[in-house]
Amino acid sequence: MLKIENLHVKLEEEDKQILKGIDLQVPYGEVHAIMGPNGSGKSTLSYVLSGRDGYEVTEGSAALEGEDLLDLEPEERAAAGLFLAFQYPVEIPGVGNMTFLRTAVNAQRKARGQEELSAGDFLKLVREKAKTLKIDAEMLKRPVNVGFSGGEKKRNEILQMAMLEPKMCIMDETDSGLDVDAMKLVAEGVNALRGPDRGFLVITHYQRLLDHIRPDVVHIMSDGRIVKSGGPELALEVETNGYGDILNEVA
Amino acid sequence: MVGEAKRQATEDRLGALTLPEGGGWLGAARKDALDRLRAVGLPGRRDEYWRYTDPRPLNAPEPEGAAEAAGDDPFAGIDGFVITVDGDAVIVPDGAPEGLEVDTLRHAAGADIHWAREIYGTREAAGSRPVSRPFGMLNTAFATDGVLLRAKGKVARPVHIRYAPGTDPILHHVVKIEAGATLTLLESGTPGNRGNTALEAEIAEDGALHHLRIQDPDPKRHVNTHFFAALSARSVLKSFTLSAQGAFVRNEGTIDLTGDEGSATIAGAAFGRGDFHHDDTVFVTHDAVDCESRQVFKKVLRDGATGVFQGKILVKEGAQKTDGYQISQSLLLDDDSVFLAKPELEIYADDVACSHGSTTGAIDETALFYLRSRGVSKRDATDLLVLSFLAEALEEIDDEALREHVNDCLAGWLSTH
Repeated sequence: MLKIENLHVKLEEEDKQILKGIDLQVPYGEVHAIMGPNGSGKSTLSYVLSGRDGYEVTEGSAALEGEDLLDLEPEERAAAGLFLAFQYPVEIPGVGNMTFLRTAVNAQRKARGQEELSAGDFLKLVREKAKTLKIDAEMLKRPVNVGFSGGEKKRNEILQMAMLEPKMCIMDETDSGLDVDAMKLVAEGVNALRGPDRGFLVITHYQRLLDHIRPDVVHIMSDGRIVKSGGPELALEVETNGYGDILNEVA
Repeated sequence: MVGEAKRQATEDRLGALTLPEGGGWLGAARKDALDRLRAVGLPGRRDEYWRYTDPRPLNAPEPEGAAEAAGDDPFAGIDGFVITVDGDAVIVPDGAPEGLEVDTLRHAAGADIHWAREIYGTREAAGSRPVSRPFGMLNTAFATDGVLLRAKGKVARPVHIRYAPGTDPILHHVVKIEAGATLTLLESGTPGNRGNTALEAEIAEDGALHHLRIQDPDPKRHVNTHFFAALSARSVLKSFTLSAQGAFVRNEGTIDLTGDEGSATIAGAAFGRGDFHHDDTVFVTHDAVDCESRQVFKKVLRDGATGVFQGKILVKEGAQKTDGYQISQSLLLDDDSVFLAKPELEIYADDVACSHGSTTGAIDETALFYLRSRGVSKRDATDLLVLSFLAEALEEIDDEALREHVNDCLAGWLSTH
C-alpha cells in the first residue's frame, strides 16, 4: 500500500507551506479519489510523491510497501512501482513514442534486475496494449506527444501506465481537457488496469471522471489537509453542493 | 595593408611550409593564392570573424600534439565508394561508380589540361570576397593532395572520403556536378593533429550535391575546414555536418547562389564537452532570382565547452524573391558552457523574405522530470533530450536512411561520451 503520514511540504524557493499534514493510506486493489478546490495542494501531493524538484518535505513520510519514497530519485520511485499520469503530458520532439516507451520499460526492468525485453517481444506487447486504447501505429511512431490532441495525450499516458505495470498509479487531473468520449476511453483503459495488486490515487476537480472510474474512497482536500473522507457518495455531494458546504462543516 | 606583427606571423607560418613542387596550372593557382594570402595576412583576434575563435592554434608554425589513431568508421554499413586519405595522400581504389570521374590533385597536377583547373582556387578566391579566408588561401597554396570528383550523371553510390589522421595535412578537394547530375558525398574521420581541408564545388544547372560529413568523436581534433560552393540555376546543395567532440573545430561554409531558382542548405549538429571549441562560420550570397537558402545549426555544450556561430545572408541587388532562413541554437547543459552567436543579414533587394533567429537554453526541467518519472535515469533522460534538441537539425538530411544512420551514431556516442 501507499502510506502517507503527517506529510508537510513547503516550496523550496519561498517560505510557503503547501501541505500541512497529510495522512493517507491507499491499499492495493483500491481506488481513492482526492477532490478539492483550486490551490488545496492536490497536484503538489502528486509531484512530491513522484519526486519533482522544487518542494521541500519538512515533516512526515511517504512509503510504498514500506519503502520510503521521499529519499529516492524520481526514476527509483518509478522502479519501485510508482506512476504519475501527468495533467499536462510533455511533448518531446525528435524522440519517437516507441523509442521512449522501450527506453522506459527496459530502464525499469534493468533497475529491478530483470532482463531487457527484446525488440520483438516489446513490439508485440505494445501493439496489444495500444489496441485497447485505440492508439494506432502512426501515433506510436510519432514523436512523444507532439501534435497529439488532448485525448491522445491522456491515452498515451494510460498506455505508458499499461506498459510499465506500476503498483501505485497517481492520476493528476486526467480528465482536464477531455470531452466525454475521450474521458470514457481513458476510463476504460484505467479500469482494465484495476486489480488486486494495484492501487490508484485519482486527483480530480470534478465528479464526472468518477462516474467512469468508480472510487472506493473519496477524500476532500483543503488548504493542505484532508478534511473529510467517505464513500463515492461524497463525490456526489460535492457535485451537487460544491465544496463550500463540506468545508464549512469541517471548519 | 598588413601590419608588421601580422606580416611576421604570416611569414613564420609560411616558413614552416614547403610549396609542393611542379609548375603548370596548379603551380600558377598556388602562387596566386600565396600572393593573396600575403596581401591579407593570417588572422588575429581583432579580425571581425575571429573575435570568438582564437586563431593561434592555426597560426602556430607547428601543430600541437601528435596524430592519433583512426577511430571506427561511422559510415560502416553504408555502401559507399571509399576513398582513403592517408595523412597527406589520397588513395583511390578501382571501380568508381558509374557516371563519376575520380582523380587526385597530385595526379592532375601533371596534366596540361584538366577540368579541375577551372575550379581550383577559383571558388576559394570568390569565397574570400568580401570576407577573406586566409586559411583557405593557405590551403589552395600548399595542399599536398585532394580528391577530384566530376559527376556526369546521377551517381547512385555515395562517395565516401575517409580520413586517416596524418601530421598537419592540407587537403584540397574539388567537386564538379555537371548539368542534371547528382552526387552524394560523405566525409568522415579526422584528417590529422591539425587538419586544414578545403572543398570547392560547382553545381551546374539542375544538378544536386548532397554532402554529409561526420567529424566523429575525437577529443583532440584540431581542424579548420572550408566549403566553397557555387550553385547554378535550379541546382540543389544539401550539406550537413555532425561533429562529436574536438578540441578546435572551425567549419567555414561559403555558398554562392549564382543561378535562378537554386536551393542551398547548410546545416550542422555538434556536441562536446570540456575544452571543446566548435565554430560554424557561414556566408550565403544570393546573387540570382528566386533562390532559397537555409542555415540550421544546433550545438549541445557541457563542462565548459564553447560554441560559436557566425552566419550571414547577403542578398545582392536584383536577387528578388529570395527566401533566406537562418537559425542557430544551443543547449547549454551547465553554467560553464558558452555559446556565441553572430547572425547577420545584409539585403540590397526589396522583394525578399529573410528570417534569422538564435536561441540559447538549458535543459527543460519539466521534460527531464517527465522522463525520469517513467524510470529513465537522469543521464539517459538528458541524452534523450539532447537527441530531441538536435533532431530538428538532422531533419535537414534529405536521405532517410542516412538520417537514421546519423541519428543512431549520435545516440551511440551520447551514451559513451
